[in-house]
Amino acid sequence: MTAYIIRRIFYGILLMAGVVVLNFFLIRLAPGDPAEVIAGEMGGATKEMMDSIRATYGLDKPVLTQLWIYLSNMLQGDLGQSYFFNRPVTELIGLRIWPTILLVIAAQVLAVTIGVAMGVFAARKPNSILSGFVTVFATIGYAVPVFWMGIMLVILLASIFPVFPVQGMLDARLHSADWLTKTIDILYHLALPAFTLAIIYLAIYARLARASMLDVLGADYVRTARAKGASEGSVLFKHALRNAALPIITVAGLQFGGLISGALLVETVFNWPGMGTLAFDAILRRDYTTILGVLFFASLMVVIANLITDLSYRLADPRIRTGGA
Amino acid sequence: MSFHTLLRGAAAVALSAAISAPALADDHEKSGGTLVIASTQVPRHLNGAVQSGTATAVPSTQIFASPLRYDENWQPQPYLAKTWEVSDDGLSVTLNLVDNATFHDGTPVTSEDVAFSIMTVKANHPFTSMFDPVEKIDTPDPHTAIIRLSKPHPALLLALSPALAPIMPKHVYGDGQDAKSHPANSAPVGSGPFKLVSFTQGESVVLAKNENFFLEGYPKLDEIIIRVIKDTNSLLIALENGEVDMYPFIASSTEIGRVEKADNLTVTREGYAAVGAINWLAFNTKSEKLSDPKVRQAIAYAVDRNFIVKALHRGFSSPQRGPIIESSPFFHDGVEAYNVDLDKAKALMAEAGFGDGMDLTVDYIPGPAEQQKNIAEYLKSQLKKIGINVEVRAAPDFPTWAKRISTYDFELTMDIVFNWGDPVIGVHRSYLCSNIREGVIWSNTQQYCNEKVDEILSAAAVELDQDKRKALYAEFQTIVAGDLPLYWINSLPYHTAHNKKLGNAPTGIWGAMHPLDRVYWKETK
Repeated sequence: MTAYIIRRIFYGILLMAGVVVLNFFLIRLAPGDPAEVIAGEMGGATKEMMDSIRATYGLDKPVLTQLWIYLSNMLQGDLGQSYFFNRPVTELIGLRIWPTILLVIAAQVLAVTIGVAMGVFAARKPNSILSGFVTVFATIGYAVPVFWMGIMLVILLASIFPVFPVQGMLDARLHSADWLTKTIDILYHLALPAFTLAIIYLAIYARLARASMLDVLGADYVRTARAKGASEGSVLFKHALRNAALPIITVAGLQFGGLISGALLVETVFNWPGMGTLAFDAILRRDYTTILGVLFFASLMVVIANLITDLSYRLADPRIRTGGA
Repeated sequence: MSFHTLLRGAAAVALSAAISAPALADDHEKSGGTLVIASTQVPRHLNGAVQSGTATAVPSTQIFASPLRYDENWQPQPYLAKTWEVSDDGLSVTLNLVDNATFHDGTPVTSEDVAFSIMTVKANHPFTSMFDPVEKIDTPDPHTAIIRLSKPHPALLLALSPALAPIMPKHVYGDGQDAKSHPANSAPVGSGPFKLVSFTQGESVVLAKNENFFLEGYPKLDEIIIRVIKDTNSLLIALENGEVDMYPFIASSTEIGRVEKADNLTVTREGYAAVGAINWLAFNTKSEKLSDPKVRQAIAYAVDRNFIVKALHRGFSSPQRGPIIESSPFFHDGVEAYNVDLDKAKALMAEAGFGDGMDLTVDYIPGPAEQQKNIAEYLKSQLKKIGINVEVRAAPDFPTWAKRISTYDFELTMDIVFNWGDPVIGVHRSYLCSNIREGVIWSNTQQYCNEKVDEILSAAAVELDQDKRKALYAEFQTIVAGDLPLYWINSLPYHTAHNKKLGNAPTGIWGAMHPLDRVYWKETK
């Protein structure tokens, strides 16, 4: 088990190194450079000013030298200085990573719990109206683009019926309120973006749980459990769901990368101050170091999520543990 | 009237106005409260000394005070300088500073700080013409700063506005670090009405009342929060719901139309006189197809500004016929208007040797479709009528567009450029031969060069007599409207929407790029 984890971590580091090097070159293929953007934002600049900006950030050096400097700084935990925000990238990401993690985890929890519950109840009576509803809902949820859903929810629930706030993570006026008021306000602001992000995955889990449960509910051991006189709840959740959970856990892990990229879109729609909005600002301004920093942390999150997924279905299914896969 | 008589008079009037200001205050005004301002722009940092643009200027003018401030009539008012005097030869300007001003860290503001700040702005601000003639600044005592000039510089007083000349503490910014990337740009210390509480990049700026502000009784508000909301749809809903209280620099007619319908909001177009944002079509005058002014004039005769203003902008913007905005004292009305005349346009094309037509590309700065893309598409249909096939070339983002334009890889481009108060600051840069600088955006990227124009602009830059200066700029406007290196389309319909309960909303020449110390809530919100 330990050897397995070490091997996975090693692959994870290789993957992240690949992500960084590949993106380092990809970003530089886009026209324009940070000095031009900074000059543009300043309202123009002289040639000398632009040369001085390039020299300040080492952009006047050959690309391979820049890569070497970047990688060696990175190994020491230094992701560089943001060209645009004039602040260390680690500090910027340190501020932004928590809102993104909060959003992603909230969406994942919503999607898995509601999705699985819908799937289980639909599977119990496959020809019922509820089952039909789950199928239709799942198809629509999967088909609708996440940003469109976000905008529609904003119009419906923040404008026409102003139940939820339209944007941000905290009411601007509450910046110095006590922690309880702030926590409640953050949860209030989290509701719409988390639900928007959850919808597409909720649909996936509902369909998956339904299909998986339908298979399992027909199995001999479920019939045996019922014959023993086990309660319906016990049959569904103890006997059937645990066996039906494996594909759900696998998909939940695989979807994590998608969930992070979805979060980047949702953040932009709801002005959620996470890594998505940071990436959006950075890409538009060719802020190379910030873009690379965001991609590095996003890939780190995916690697960690995949590792947790692997470990969790080893815990859920003893057969995988003994199989030594 | 001579320039310095005007200034001395203005100073005297302003001083008496400032002294009597509290007596004129609205009886119903309440002190305290929070003002939440929304912005779609992301500031790089908060120090307007080394950065232009509205995103930085709005917070910077709250944090930093400056020698002068301006009223609605372009008249200078005392600020850190209680009085000022321009010498008869125009080669020195003496600023007499107030003696009770302190920075937010408690240190007194002295003439040393003023000298340091102006020299820092001169060395680092992109608008090099603002303080170019400043040779040195003498500081005979802590409250007197004498600005010594190499030549008369009538634009100087406007350049001493809060948006352009923030006074920084020398003991913080003068530590030898590069001013453009100084860490204190993101955690600024000034002497303005509000001090920084927090700055979260790309998200918000929180400012609290400066209890020791040198203008007694001000500011009225306890707190200003600037909230970045990039999506205008969300921003408008937040404004309608009361999540934010003020949204300056609205340029879209759809948005203006929408906020005008909201019951809780007041909408005004006052407050942008000095900004002078002009939307124009620039010609690459070195392109073989566009080097003949006749072709440029033909294009001008084919385009209908009134259609753009009335139909595409629903009447919210105004036609712009020349390089200087109508609200400027230097605006000249008598320039060629180029009213639509397709026959004349075709004749001009034939005279220029393009009777069979030509192909052109038009770029546009990424921004609101209404000001850019839609007009580019209109140009395409309109220019077809005179035999020009236009290809509209979109750019995915600002760097892509800026690269094309600054390296002259374009034929026509749409762009929005600001006048910035005095023509020396925002206008000259687009027309001077000496400002053709490859690789630099918002230089003279049209590569237009007319020695006569350079002569006039050089003379106007040093002319102290206001009437003579106006005459010089009138001549300049007439010449460039004939040469047509640019076809000016419209002035941007900037509006401010704010909560109806807000008093003294910013309507001066610099709008929200001005200290909001007099803004107050009429009743508790």
